[in-house]
Amino acid sequence: MGLSTLYLSVIVLIPVAALISVALGSGLHAFWTSFTSSLALKALWQTLALSAVVAVIGSVMGTIVAWVLVRDQFPGKRILNSIIDLPFALPTIVASLALLGLYGTSSPVGINLSLTRTIVAIALLFVTLPFAVRSVQPVLLEVDKDVEEAAASLGASNATTFRRIVLPALRPAILSGTALSFARCMGEYGSIVLLATKIPIASLVIFADVESATGSGNSAYQPAAGLSVALLVIALVVLFGLRKWGADRGR
Amino acid sequence: MVVRPVWKYSLRAVSLVYLALLLLAPVVFIFIKTFEHGFSTAWSYMTTPAAVSAFWLSVLIAAVAVPLNTIFGVGTAMVLVRSETRGRKILDALIDIPFVVSPVIIGLALVLVYGIHGWFGSWFIDRGIPIIFNPLGMILATVFVSLPFCVREVAPVLMEVGTEQEQAAATLGASSWQTFWRVTLPSIRTGVAYGVVLTTARALGEIGAVAVVSSNVLGSTISLPLLVKYRTQVVGPGGISAAYATGVELAVMSLIVLFAMTLLAPERKDAR
Repeated sequence: MGLSTLYLSVIVLIPVAALISVALGSGLHAFWTSFTSSLALKALWQTLALSAVVAVIGSVMGTIVAWVLVRDQFPGKRILNSIIDLPFALPTIVASLALLGLYGTSSPVGINLSLTRTIVAIALLFVTLPFAVRSVQPVLLEVDKDVEEAAASLGASNATTFRRIVLPALRPAILSGTALSFARCMGEYGSIVLLATKIPIASLVIFADVESATGSGNSAYQPAAGLSVALLVIALVVLFGLRKWGADRGR
Repeated sequence: MVVRPVWKYSLRAVSLVYLALLLLAPVVFIFIKTFEHGFSTAWSYMTTPAAVSAFWLSVLIAAVAVPLNTIFGVGTAMVLVRSETRGRKILDALIDIPFVVSPVIIGLALVLVYGIHGWFGSWFIDRGIPIIFNPLGMILATVFVSLPFCVREVAPVLMEVGTEQEQAAATLGASSWQTFWRVTLPSIRTGVAYGVVLTTARALGEIGAVAVVSSNVLGSTISLPLLVKYRTQVVGPGGISAAYATGVELAVMSLIVLFAMTLLAPERKDAR
């Protein structure tokens, strides 16, 4: 216990404490300004909106993929199942590079999405795919098929069975996957660094702020630290909110 | 629920097209781009002095971060699952910080503590151990971002295994150290292995946190992911084509990781 706490403190807790201390160290007014300046607000809003859209699309598609992986039978399914984890294994910068080449200015398939939000969204869908699929898949495996058959034999249509039996069982898992995807999107850097050059995404704005403060004292990092804390608070609120909603509705 | 064929086939088609466009197309694309001018060109980009140095730096980072986080991970999982200490729940919640915080913010937080003007930075610099803008800082950043993987893989397995066998060993006179090595560790080894695989993948691929604490100097503080980014900014030879080659190098490493995950996955399910 002692050693674990010490290790966690040196690596994680002290740096996070320093971040909060610097964010608030120049007074509350400076903290307020750090995330309400027009660029910061724009960055927070863009990041929030894009993360929300991606988390929702990702969850819908993830649930469909999970359904196919669990309920459908076809040759090659096992290979398909194992490539779902590819985004966990592939370095995010490689995804960024590949999408830039594939859907950028010199796209071989003639789809030029460079500098658009769409290409950033595709990158985020890529990195969050395993969260969306792997949250739902194990729960879907455990869903009691007897209940579905009972519903069907009592005359329920497929749509009704899905809406009344399957979906309620999956809801906590889907929401938990959505929450994880959302949190990941809010902080994502590697997969979008080459794509979001013209779109103010929070992580990239913080990165630029940090670079311009390099070499100065800790207080020069205040705007970056303030924006970081704001971003973190938003991500945590949404993460726990969605998880709690899922748990409550699941009861 | 018996899904009508029309639904079954359309869901299957939607999934396959989605996965093909999202996952396969980008990966296939960088392989094609890398080898379109022949294997030797690609190989020459992978073996420039800067690329070789970046490769070894990435290996070094993983070689430090993975064992550290594995030892911490197993130890902490033991604390979380087996002890009743107060503060256990707080520890449990704090472990996940690296999953929630943006890697860039992690880099920034490390600069604020270990940078020249940071809380402890000057203390280390006075002792001749500069951290930020040096490989040591990149290692520290990677340890931070990859910290929870092993704990989160080992803890559920440990819970599942239970304590009966450990108690039996203790009754038969085994010391707690013997019990750990001969009983506990063998029973959680798939969980540990999976944790190691995930930690390795993250350590090799990390860019956000590492970019903040790196001085971005070729040959000293550029790891493979940073080299990809660096090369995309170079115009002409050694630029984007070279970036694709480094990308493929990383992709091959990650396919090995993915293969290890696939091999471990069925065993892991049994262990749970």
